[in-house]
Amino acid sequence: MSAQNVATDSLELKPGIEGVVEDWSSDQRAFKNVPWGKAMMWIFLVSDTFIFGCFLASYMTVRMSTLDPWPHASEVFALSFGGAPIPLILIAIMTFVLITSSGTMALAVNFGYRKDKRKTFWLLIATAVLGATFVGMQVFEWSKLIMDEGVRPWGNPMGAAQFGSVFFMVTGFHGTHVTIGVIFLFIMAYKVAKGHLDDQKPGWFTKRGGNYEEIEIMGLYWHFVDLVWVFIFAFFYLW
Amino acid sequence: MDHTAEGHQPAAKEEEAIQHPLGVYFKIWILLFVLSAMSYAVDYYQIQGYMRWFLILLFMILKAGLIVAVFMHMVWERLAMVYFILLPPLLLLTLVAIGSLEADWTFFTRAIYFLQELVQTGPASPPGH
Repeated sequence: MSAQNVATDSLELKPGIEGVVEDWSSDQRAFKNVPWGKAMMWIFLVSDTFIFGCFLASYMTVRMSTLDPWPHASEVFALSFGGAPIPLILIAIMTFVLITSSGTMALAVNFGYRKDKRKTFWLLIATAVLGATFVGMQVFEWSKLIMDEGVRPWGNPMGAAQFGSVFFMVTGFHGTHVTIGVIFLFIMAYKVAKGHLDDQKPGWFTKRGGNYEEIEIMGLYWHFVDLVWVFIFAFFYLW
Repeated sequence: MDHTAEGHQPAAKEEEAIQHPLGVYFKIWILLFVLSAMSYAVDYYQIQGYMRWFLILLFMILKAGLIVAVFMHMVWERLAMVYFILLPPLLLLTLVAIGSLEADWTFFTRAIYFLQELVQTGPASPPGH
């Protein structure tokens, strides 16, 4: 019964708009050919999109409504390595670190489906280490801004007071996401190394059997973190 | 009746996933690096005005599109899910529109208020806030 249903399911799926209507009006579930966890992760990510969307929209509102000049991110985040200060260099390096980690994550998903445990494990570890590097650089950025530049959530010497509150709120929330991702990447790497995904060993939280799709779901979260950074980089640091 | 909704087919899914060749990921990865370098270049070479905003938005949208489409496998998903993910966030544009109207009004009233304060007390006095 089960096998037959699954077979007819995948055979009769229609493409295009007709498929959208059929999927959404069908019995039991709207998301066909997608594991349960993946649909749930996407629902979470859509809601997270709204959280960051609200942050960025309110950032726009406070920046447009202030009379004081907005501090130049280009100069605030400049660093000098002995010579003249290079504008925004720390943020650029952080961007490249996060993109690199996104690439290793995508490869980890691919090698996971190939059941290549060794490569998957090391790629997950590399992703986690790059993520931790990103958070480390953010800690450096925050402490430099607080200790040396005197930026506070309620004011700063460079201009509009709203700069600090937006900065700490937006990058803080993003950094929290990265930190949580790093923790779960290490857990996932452990599960891969122990063979939990091969043995379908139930996880500690959902009690569902382990599967290599878990890595893809983990990957969705990690790529989303990178995606949010693309928007923060454009709107907060470059604008 | 058993729960067929729960029963996914790992074998079929995995075979499908293996069919993504590694080359795609490397190409997208390189493209993302290039696009990031270009958006950094916008700041490094201090391009200003409308050109700056246009380039920032262009590189941002291209990068976001590549990440979502390839790294998050959206090009391989069914349209029912693609629409569910991409359409609702468009509502945020409403928030942006309302926010900008509100911000203009706030800016306007603040300008009037602080100007009055300046006229009454004179420029020599310390700022009132």
